[in-house]
Amino acid sequence: MSSFETVIGLEIHAQLATKTKIFSSASTAFGAAPNSQANLVDLGYPGVLPVLNLEAVRMATKFGLAIGATVSQRSVFARKNYFYPDLPKGYQISQYEKPIVEKGRMDILLEDGSVKTVGITRAHLEEDAGKSLHEDFQGFSGIDLNRAGTPLLEIVSEPDMRSAKEAIAYLKKIHTLVRYLEICDGNMQEGSFRCDANVSVRPVGQEKFGTRCEIKNLNSFRFIEKAINYEVARQIDIIEGGGTIRQETRLYDPDRGETRALRSKEEANDYRYFPDPDLLPVAIDTAFIDAVRRTLPELPDEKAARYIEKFSLSAYDAGVLTASREMADYYEAVLAALGAGQEKLAANWVMGELSGALNKDGIEVTASRVDAGRLAGLLKRIVDETISGKIAKEVFESMWAEDKDADAIIESKGLKQITDTGAIEKVIDEIMAANPKQLADYRSGKDKLFGFFVGQVMKVTGGKANPAQVNDLLKRKLAG
Amino acid sequence: MTELHHQTLAELAAGLKARRFSSVELTRHFLSRIERFNPELNALVTITGEQALAAAAKADQQLAAGAGGPLTGLPIAHKDIFCTDGVLTTCGSKMLSNFVAPYDATIVEKLSQAGVISLGKANMDEFAMGSSNETSFFGPVKNPWDLKKVPGGSSGGSAAVVAARMAPASTGTDTGGSIRQPAALTSLTGIKPTYGRVSRYGMIAFASSLDQAGTLTQSAEDAALLLGAMAGFDPRDSTSVDTPVPDYTATLDQPLAGLKIGLLKEFFEKGLDEANGKLVRDALKVYEAMGAKLVEVSLPNLPLSVPTYYVVAPAECSSNLSRFDGVRFGYRCEKPVDLLDLYKRSRGEGFGAEVKRRIMTGTYVLSAGYYDAYYLKAQKIRRLIANDFERAFGEVDVLIGPTSPTPAFDIGAKVDDPITMYLNDIYTIGANLAGLPAMSIPCGFLGGLPVGLQIIGPHFGEAKLLNVAHRYQRETQWHREIPQAYR
Repeated sequence: MSSFETVIGLEIHAQLATKTKIFSSASTAFGAAPNSQANLVDLGYPGVLPVLNLEAVRMATKFGLAIGATVSQRSVFARKNYFYPDLPKGYQISQYEKPIVEKGRMDILLEDGSVKTVGITRAHLEEDAGKSLHEDFQGFSGIDLNRAGTPLLEIVSEPDMRSAKEAIAYLKKIHTLVRYLEICDGNMQEGSFRCDANVSVRPVGQEKFGTRCEIKNLNSFRFIEKAINYEVARQIDIIEGGGTIRQETRLYDPDRGETRALRSKEEANDYRYFPDPDLLPVAIDTAFIDAVRRTLPELPDEKAARYIEKFSLSAYDAGVLTASREMADYYEAVLAALGAGQEKLAANWVMGELSGALNKDGIEVTASRVDAGRLAGLLKRIVDETISGKIAKEVFESMWAEDKDADAIIESKGLKQITDTGAIEKVIDEIMAANPKQLADYRSGKDKLFGFFVGQVMKVTGGKANPAQVNDLLKRKLAG
Repeated sequence: MTELHHQTLAELAAGLKARRFSSVELTRHFLSRIERFNPELNALVTITGEQALAAAAKADQQLAAGAGGPLTGLPIAHKDIFCTDGVLTTCGSKMLSNFVAPYDATIVEKLSQAGVISLGKANMDEFAMGSSNETSFFGPVKNPWDLKKVPGGSSGGSAAVVAARMAPASTGTDTGGSIRQPAALTSLTGIKPTYGRVSRYGMIAFASSLDQAGTLTQSAEDAALLLGAMAGFDPRDSTSVDTPVPDYTATLDQPLAGLKIGLLKEFFEKGLDEANGKLVRDALKVYEAMGAKLVEVSLPNLPLSVPTYYVVAPAECSSNLSRFDGVRFGYRCEKPVDLLDLYKRSRGEGFGAEVKRRIMTGTYVLSAGYYDAYYLKAQKIRRLIANDFERAFGEVDVLIGPTSPTPAFDIGAKVDDPITMYLNDIYTIGANLAGLPAMSIPCGFLGGLPVGLQIIGPHFGEAKLLNVAHRYQRETQWHREIPQAYR
């Protein structure tokens, strides 16, 4: 195995979050009754003509700027010709020779902490096809054209990735980015974010790429990783067995966890691309590009760099917190309410307790049961030593369960930290009196028993005694 | 009073305004002529008498109220390539023989809003592919000047319906000469505007980068009236151009003294019937008498226009006609066994021979390995031809020459010889490739058959073309000739 190197390139289809379709005024909303969101243009009726949705151009431009790409001032729509019942016109309008976005890049963080740059060859605009439904029609196929004409941005990477892990890291970065840019909702179940993977292997040290296979139907990060790993193993097996790889399109079957051949290169369609005479070349000027540039939000990488530099967070923490715009927004809202100096504390809580609770309930941060303001209210009580970090976790659990502020819970449950030296001393005295043997052992050199006394104090005070004070006082008293 | 069907649109409009007759009377008159003559000419495939009379009654109310525009109450016929809401729209094909369009084409809508009444839908070559109207699924259209002859194509029905005065005017489309050649062969005035001047929305596409809607009328003045109401930017057609539409009638009478007319050297060389050429030269003398100057110009790449066209147009049509697959509308074969069978038989049975020939040619020239040699090269030559024209219009105001190499030929004479048939378009195709406006006007007869004079102008030069045509029609009477049997 180790003598082979894996080469992966990804083609991502991101559905653009426009209100209407790329060439018609029909709605793009998901989940409507079949064929209720397809107008005459989407149905490919005789005589109808496409009219480009400027919003799709704006979104593609935004993406191009965000990946440091060249945004072409003149791009051309072409027709990709093939017959299929869910392709009403008999051709798909796409961009072929002159895409709107060319030569971008995306940095990914590898497991060893190093950064790798993945090249993005191009990103082009195109329309989606409809859906064929093969069940439920007894000998017929159903066609739902609601999705026909939905705008897609196809993002094509260079074959720069060398493992499934790298491919996933890249995919997740793009997934994060398109949601930051608010150009795609990233919903993989609904097919808003899909991916095809081109996979090949070659002996380590060989410059020439091996023959690649394209894997289709990858709609979750988990499946993509599994599919790539399966495919890599399959190809190595064939080569080691003396065989050769056939260039073909393969379909991933998530139930069996394997890929199987769909069609070979020879069976591939000749799409007879040519410029669509119904659409003029898309001409955009620098003023348009500059206007789009001004709408760019702080990008994930910029945000992470700021967290590392200004908040002294680790690269890993910064990466986790900026993985979604919503998470970063939440984090920054906590910071805003908490005040400067507590960035690390806030980061630990957002990545720890909060993320854990969100995962457990399977909800997004935007639907969190504890909003940023309430979490900040809790963290303030740690900062001012009203409660310890441990008690805070208990308070958080209550906050998650019921819509109350930290202070109200601390109050009603009497969780306020004991910082009164006299009260703590009194507890210590009682414990020392009740445990003469342990005291004697400690004093004769068994230092480890210190932990026992701390435990006893916390037990008696219900964990509310200020830990630092308990330490100080115990050390003094036990010493005698 | 002059017979209603002897009057031009302009004259009929004046009559309606003066209430000398009503729109209902006018519509009835033409419907009765249709009833009488259409069976022998086969010019209309659908007659919408009831809707026409209802629209006419509405127009009369408007006219009585002193409302309505210059076209209110005038009947015309639409080429059956334009979608008409609720009315059969066949495009001359079996494929759409059952297709009732669910919407109006932009030009249909615009004319209807201007008060124009549609009498019916005109026969045409199947999907506008043909120069003789013989490829129609509904049978050939006869030329009113001689029933044995073709009326030209593809707007042959639109031409015959006006030539026989079953309607005072009609709409047509022109991809390679489909308005001008039938106009020439039936003694009408036909105009193909600049590409982008008239919306293509709702006009069933043949070759999208060449198709343009226009009119077939009895005079340049009528063309000015009708085109003015059809032209203009349409947000539903990205290739329509957002430039104001001038009042074409306002400049019809401008004097032509000093007008520089370019004679295309290439048009007067081989292929042109000698007697035909003489009629064109006679027409040029009329212009000289009006003070125009003749300048010979050469468009060296123009002889390549026929092969160029027969790469570009089939390429686009092969893709445009893919939507006719038997799935959502139109003809579907009986009992398909599977998807491939559905496609093969629906298309195999639904399309005629000429359409199939062009789809196959187009598919071939776009195929991997042939694209550069055919399609790309044709596009380059197209650019060279456009450049030639542009250079010529740096020297002259309009170009004048023949419309068609010969007058109307016999039905059946060329059906088995597509190349000879294609050469019919030799003079007209250049304007389509370059996107230029062009007209054909009657300039005489040869053995009893009409001959057309072609005038080509620079982009958006419609007003000048109509002016040049109208001044000729003030000096001559060719355009007032009506075939004996239909007077």
